[in-house]
Amino acid sequence: MARTSFTLAGLELKNRVLVASGTYGYGDDCLDLADVSKLGGIITKSLSLKPRDGNPPPRIVETASGMLNSIGLANIGVRRFVHEKLPFLRSIDTAVIVNIAASTVDEYCQVLEILESEEGVDGYEINVSCPNVKEGGLNFGTSCPMVSEITRRLRSLTRKPLIMKLTPNVTHISEFARAAQEAGADAVSVMNTLIGMAIDIRTRKPMLATTTGGLSGPAVKPVALAKVYEASRAVSIPVIGIGGIMNANDAIEFLIAGASAVQVGTANFIDPAAGIRIAEGISRFCDEQKITDAGSLVGSLVSRSNVSVVDSWL
Amino acid sequence: MIVQEICPVVRVRQAGDNVHVIAFTSAAIARSAKAGQFLNVRVEGGTDPLLRRPFSVYRTDGELVELIFNVIGKGTALLRGKRPGDTIDILGPLGVPFSLTAGDFTTAILVGGGLGVAPLPIATATLRDVGVPVATFLGARGAGQIVDAYLENLSVATDDGTRGFHGNVVELLRTTLTRHPYTNPKVFACGPTAMLKALGAFAIQNDIPCEVSLEGPMACGIGICQGCPVEMTGGEKKFSLMCKDGPTFDVRTIRL
Repeated sequence: MARTSFTLAGLELKNRVLVASGTYGYGDDCLDLADVSKLGGIITKSLSLKPRDGNPPPRIVETASGMLNSIGLANIGVRRFVHEKLPFLRSIDTAVIVNIAASTVDEYCQVLEILESEEGVDGYEINVSCPNVKEGGLNFGTSCPMVSEITRRLRSLTRKPLIMKLTPNVTHISEFARAAQEAGADAVSVMNTLIGMAIDIRTRKPMLATTTGGLSGPAVKPVALAKVYEASRAVSIPVIGIGGIMNANDAIEFLIAGASAVQVGTANFIDPAAGIRIAEGISRFCDEQKITDAGSLVGSLVSRSNVSVVDSWL
Repeated sequence: MIVQEICPVVRVRQAGDNVHVIAFTSAAIARSAKAGQFLNVRVEGGTDPLLRRPFSVYRTDGELVELIFNVIGKGTALLRGKRPGDTIDILGPLGVPFSLTAGDFTTAILVGGGLGVAPLPIATATLRDVGVPVATFLGARGAGQIVDAYLENLSVATDDGTRGFHGNVVELLRTTLTRHPYTNPKVFACGPTAMLKALGAFAIQNDIPCEVSLEGPMACGIGICQGCPVEMTGGEKKFSLMCKDGPTFDVRTIRL
């Protein structure tokens, strides 16, 4: 059996497959359907200081091999999370990474400080890339100085793994990955959703209440792979790949492109055990290929030539 | 308990104009599904359609489970094309069923608009088991869309007057109840939002308890995507989730 574990800034993950924020609730909705302890980790729904109602319906629409969402960070707030959800998360044998969203830098800090005093939080992923809220979200994620500042402030508050989740809705994601690394992030998650839109041609209305939303699913996978490739060549910290991963082959592509681990998102909506299936598939692939450590796949892309457009950006 | 199962298709039959019923076997779902609950169905293994589609459980018989549908897009066209021996991937049963066995009413008024007939056969069977009399009101565009099997004490309304009352099902209900009011009734309804809105207004106005089963865009069906908010009229939260907190709601608690 190949070694599948992975250490992220001192945090041991049993495999390289996590479930993405906003696609697995707080981990307690899928217990009939998946043995969540077989996941490398659970990344919670984004938590804000105060509970958020989220956006009005319609919040989702399916598009070709993908879906648009505009949930608007609906969440129960960090305090209720600590009381109602953390005890369960503490009881399961997998890494628990709490995703934090906020509309001010101070709010990010306040949420992290509340969590920092709680047992059972293994790390943080910082959402600076939500396309579906007016304040915070993309305003932060599309400004390198803001990503730097948020990272630096949060870094000063915790020694646990600090992961910045980046948006693809920028010209060069590598600049943001570098900014996060220089400000002390332990890893970057690449990528959040792409801004997208769909229209009902009969009513001429947008299909989402907020007009635009975030595109995810297999449709975005080639984009995500290129972003992971770009970011991973720009930084030495781990890149966690996200975007349309439906099966182990997809996940292995991300590892080869430069991701140290992956997150499974939209696939959970179809199969809540997708992450487990994918982790087992990676393991099986390694055995078939006589690979002793899944880590040796990371960044193992074999170049076809010396020419890469991405390299010219870096 | 929610199960995910690959289920063998037994048959697909036509039950009306563009109304089809698919039957498949699943002992676990047939045993546990209640009226108003739904299944999230993956028709094919590919990525287009990508997501599952929710369908109210129409009928169960032994290990057989039936879903009723109109062909409206790629997914439902594929569903209609299923042959005996093909499979469909089922997640369910999901959601909160109608509260049919609470014993807080003496007559159940079942109302279905179009495919909103879906939860009514199981509701009828459940009510029969607990000995509560049923009055059923079905509405549709025309006679071809009325699917009247497995129902009791049925009155029909059609928009085009091709069967029963010429008009909509809420008008029919209003007319009927004005003539013959039931003591201590409760309405259980499923249908298009416009119908449920009119029905809800009627029920609230006449102080008749009313539960409605909603339909709308959904991805996961189990609460993890937060994609199916239902606006609430009061209380601590602005939105509930159609999939997990519903799809059945007391009509007074939601804003349609």
